[in-house]
Amino acid sequence: MTAARYCITHETHYRYSVPVALSQQLVHLFPRECSWQQCDKQTLTINPPPTHQHQELDVFGNPLTRLSFESAHEALTLTANLDISVQQRPNRVLAQSPAWESVSELLDYRADMPPSAIALDACQFRYESPAVRLKKVFSRYGDDCFPAEKPLLECTRALMQKIFTEFTFDSSATEVTTPLLEVLEHKRGVCQDFAHLMIACLRSRGLAARYISGYLLTKPPPGQQRLVGADASHAWVSVFCPQNGWVDFDPTNNMLPGNEHITLAWGRDFSDVSPLRGVMLGGGSHTLAVEVTVTREDT
Amino acid sequence: MLDAHGVVRPHWKRLLQVVNSSPSQMQQRERLIQRQIRENSVTYNVYADPQGADRLWQLDALPNIIPAAEWQTLAAGVAQRARLLNKVLADLYGEQQLLCNGLLPTELIYGHNHFLWPCRGIQPPGGVFLHTYAVDLARAPDGRWWVMADRTQSPSGAGYTLENRQILARAFPDLFRDLRVQHLSRYVDTLRDTLTQLAPCDAGETPLSVLLTPGRFNETYFEHLYLAQHLGFPLVEGHDLTVRDGNVYLKTLDGLQRVHTVLRRLDADFCDPLELRADSALGVPGLLDAARTGRVLVANALGSGVLESPGLLGFLPKISEHLLGETLMLPSVATWWCGEKPVLQQALTQLEKLVVKPAFPSQNFNEISGASLSGAELAALAQRLQERPYAYVTQEQVRLSQAPVWGDDTTGQKSIIQQAISMRVYAVATADGHYHVMPGGLTRIATDEHGTISMQRGGGSKDTWVLADGLPQGAPPRTRLLGAKELVRGSTFLPSSLAENLFWFGRYSERCESGARLLRAEIARYVNDEDTQTVDTELTENLLDNLQRMHNAGSQVRGRLSHENWRALVEIQRETRLMEDQTEEKNSEHLGDSLEQLDRLLLSLAALSGFAHDDMTRDDGWRFMMIGRRIERLQCLAGIFAECLRDKIAHRTESLQRTALDWLLEIGNSTITYRLRYLAAAQLIPVLDLLLLDTSNPHALLFQMNTLVKMTTVDTSLHTLSEQLATLDLDSLENSLFGARNTVDFLNGLADLLDNISLACSQLSDRLHLRHFAHVDDVSQQMVSS
Repeated sequence: MTAARYCITHETHYRYSVPVALSQQLVHLFPRECSWQQCDKQTLTINPPPTHQHQELDVFGNPLTRLSFESAHEALTLTANLDISVQQRPNRVLAQSPAWESVSELLDYRADMPPSAIALDACQFRYESPAVRLKKVFSRYGDDCFPAEKPLLECTRALMQKIFTEFTFDSSATEVTTPLLEVLEHKRGVCQDFAHLMIACLRSRGLAARYISGYLLTKPPPGQQRLVGADASHAWVSVFCPQNGWVDFDPTNNMLPGNEHITLAWGRDFSDVSPLRGVMLGGGSHTLAVEVTVTREDT
Repeated sequence: MLDAHGVVRPHWKRLLQVVNSSPSQMQQRERLIQRQIRENSVTYNVYADPQGADRLWQLDALPNIIPAAEWQTLAAGVAQRARLLNKVLADLYGEQQLLCNGLLPTELIYGHNHFLWPCRGIQPPGGVFLHTYAVDLARAPDGRWWVMADRTQSPSGAGYTLENRQILARAFPDLFRDLRVQHLSRYVDTLRDTLTQLAPCDAGETPLSVLLTPGRFNETYFEHLYLAQHLGFPLVEGHDLTVRDGNVYLKTLDGLQRVHTVLRRLDADFCDPLELRADSALGVPGLLDAARTGRVLVANALGSGVLESPGLLGFLPKISEHLLGETLMLPSVATWWCGEKPVLQQALTQLEKLVVKPAFPSQNFNEISGASLSGAELAALAQRLQERPYAYVTQEQVRLSQAPVWGDDTTGQKSIIQQAISMRVYAVATADGHYHVMPGGLTRIATDEHGTISMQRGGGSKDTWVLADGLPQGAPPRTRLLGAKELVRGSTFLPSSLAENLFWFGRYSERCESGARLLRAEIARYVNDEDTQTVDTELTENLLDNLQRMHNAGSQVRGRLSHENWRALVEIQRETRLMEDQTEEKNSEHLGDSLEQLDRLLLSLAALSGFAHDDMTRDDGWRFMMIGRRIERLQCLAGIFAECLRDKIAHRTESLQRTALDWLLEIGNSTITYRLRYLAAAQLIPVLDLLLLDTSNPHALLFQMNTLVKMTTVDTSLHTLSEQLATLDLDSLENSLFGARNTVDFLNGLADLLDNISLACSQLSDRLHLRHFAHVDDVSQQMVSS
């Protein structure tokens, strides 16, 4: 199988109107280990240099960098550079998956039968999480994609297609904090919203679904040069299927991720794996600029 | 009170005798109780808003009496339960064997919004997760006690229980002694000992424990204050603490003090905005990581709230067998978790007989009794349960036993009546992993026979008297005697936030004073001068805003102000309201009134200034308040003078100049001094001398600067600037060779100097903030790119 090699630059730049006196940041910018990915080089350049820096794994197994800054600063720049190769993933025959109800039932608690280790693991991603409330409307929205006794992965693809068709990608429509119900009502949003919505639809019917954060190789319009920094962080969804393991779906692009999707981290939703999350003392208002460049190296 | 045969139970007999012997004495007792509640709440509502509607605590005049034998069984059951729940927490945040073995459903744990994923793997000191525990108990009419709910997040009410005891023991001193009621003091002592002994101290360190409160707006803030005082822990809010390099510190004026133990009265998900709820403004960023690395003990352990789900009740008997190898002693009210199909089906057939509860606090669903619903409502409820069965729990409808209460009977007379009660009992971990159960508890009076106990503090409460077998153990409630050895001079510990609030209280008081002077001058000019068309409304708005800010800062430091000082502040608040009302009417007829009002306001503000100088203990807090006043006065006057020199005095005719100089004297509050000294109209050189250079004038710029240089150690340009100002050569203005052109240059140069002084003031304020309040290195770091 062919591997694609990528060079990724993710630059985050904060500028504060008033000096920040003290700042603590949690950073998810290094990729987790996956069988289909190999990271050859990863660097994180931070300016000003942090007072303390610590590398660890978070509770879901993602690499996490803790930073703290204890001197006044008016700007903060983080630049992550990754050299990473991604294998093509095996082709899935979506029809060859168990009926979706059986998967949901498998994850249900039964007093007479303890859960398998795999099921227990999947259940971490089966319930409400900070950004994904479970509501009747979400299971209703997916009803026509989940006919009785149909294979789980086919149903999930139908749901992905439905979201792709009915929703408009609009980066001005939502913010990080826009509630899902609003996204569903206006049918507009960005990859993060579509991923959260799809997760809510899946979990509302008792299925386990996780949020994947990463990058996607974008193609410039025909005849044009690729622009540096024109890319962005991406997000998609993975659904648990006992026979096939976890299977990824990208509702923003209506596709099954292959070797053009680069996985960084996964969690219950965005709040577990946001690239940068922090608390500052001082700072006043701030401006944020993020530039992502994904370059394919092997072609 | 009565047994099955209608005979008064023996332990109630003495109480009944006392109550029935003298109705007038009962009235006296009730008055005593009411007075103590009022007096204590006056003490404890120190920080409350003057307009606030803090509800008074309600305490019944009769205690709930429990005989020794009955209590022993109950207490053993509570201790066992606390031990069990501690082990359950250790498992859930560790190995999760209970989930692997199917002894608990993942739905109830992973699905619970108080199961905090980032806390998984944390090993708290001594293996204690549950330092304080409370259980809500109901007594069935047959006398047996049943568990209704477990409280594991940060159980409230222990402080109220102790307070109830202090009051009621005083109301029935003889009876209390004769009945040999068990004392409660060991609870607080044990809690203090446990936290002190388990505190993760480095060699040579003395443990510092703090009580973390959400703040004075929390409904149980009284209790936080009360417990903090009795434990001897500083009461702090999130912003009083800071995490540096993995350690938690308390910000004090003497610098950062390492904190070893945080007793939290804040729900865990609010405790750390960095890793938990990002929208929490109440927590301490980095606290969770400090707990993870074992540098701080948080009690109860972060994430302990997950055990409050009623869904767990039915699983505990088996878990007790598994984890303790013991039969669970205390039964719980029959409870069914609907996450299992057969259970759900069973529940759906008899919803009208059950109480339905949410399994998780995140649900928009309140506990409801099926009996209260119509057929259609029951169908809707059934529908709801089927949508997400695992989020619901059903419980048997409880009938509570009754106890005697001193209340209004059917004729409106005070007498003994019967009302349903429930009881909250408290346990605290000992350092060696056992639990001490407080021999007493918070008995609450239900609003109906089904035991709908209002969980808010509004419902009535009773003291609980547990009778001792032999002599009561522990110490009776008493006041600590203070001798010469305990003398304290100056404050031992001053939180930075208090100093910061005093600083801003000083600044805003001064800002209001100058704002009021400016406005008064503006209105006077409008009244006297036909050329002025309008009164600048912005001045009024600014003044009103600043008065509000001053009041807010003042409320934060109320504990530091004398009663009279506070009264003066409340009076200003009243005047502010009047001004607001009048401003809304926008009627120029009122201008005369406005002038009078501003005179009154300035007088009140002068009174505040008097209190500041003569009424407060001169510690570091006071010092910061005075620094705030000086900085504000200097910055404000320097700015105004600079503008006036440039625009109004240079270039103008003599008569216009004179008006401007008069105005300056008025704003600088030096008109009277000037008249006394010079007995002449305002002229440039003496006015500049009086307002800028005269160090005997407390309103002069140089006076402020010299005081500030003396009071602060922070290095700013203020020192150099004060020397420049002091050597200002006013003589040169008199020199006839100097000429008009040069006079303008001189005045512009002076204005520039004043602008620099104003700028230095903001720098000083920022530096003080960084060094003393925020505790960060205030030198900005070189940017090095790597």
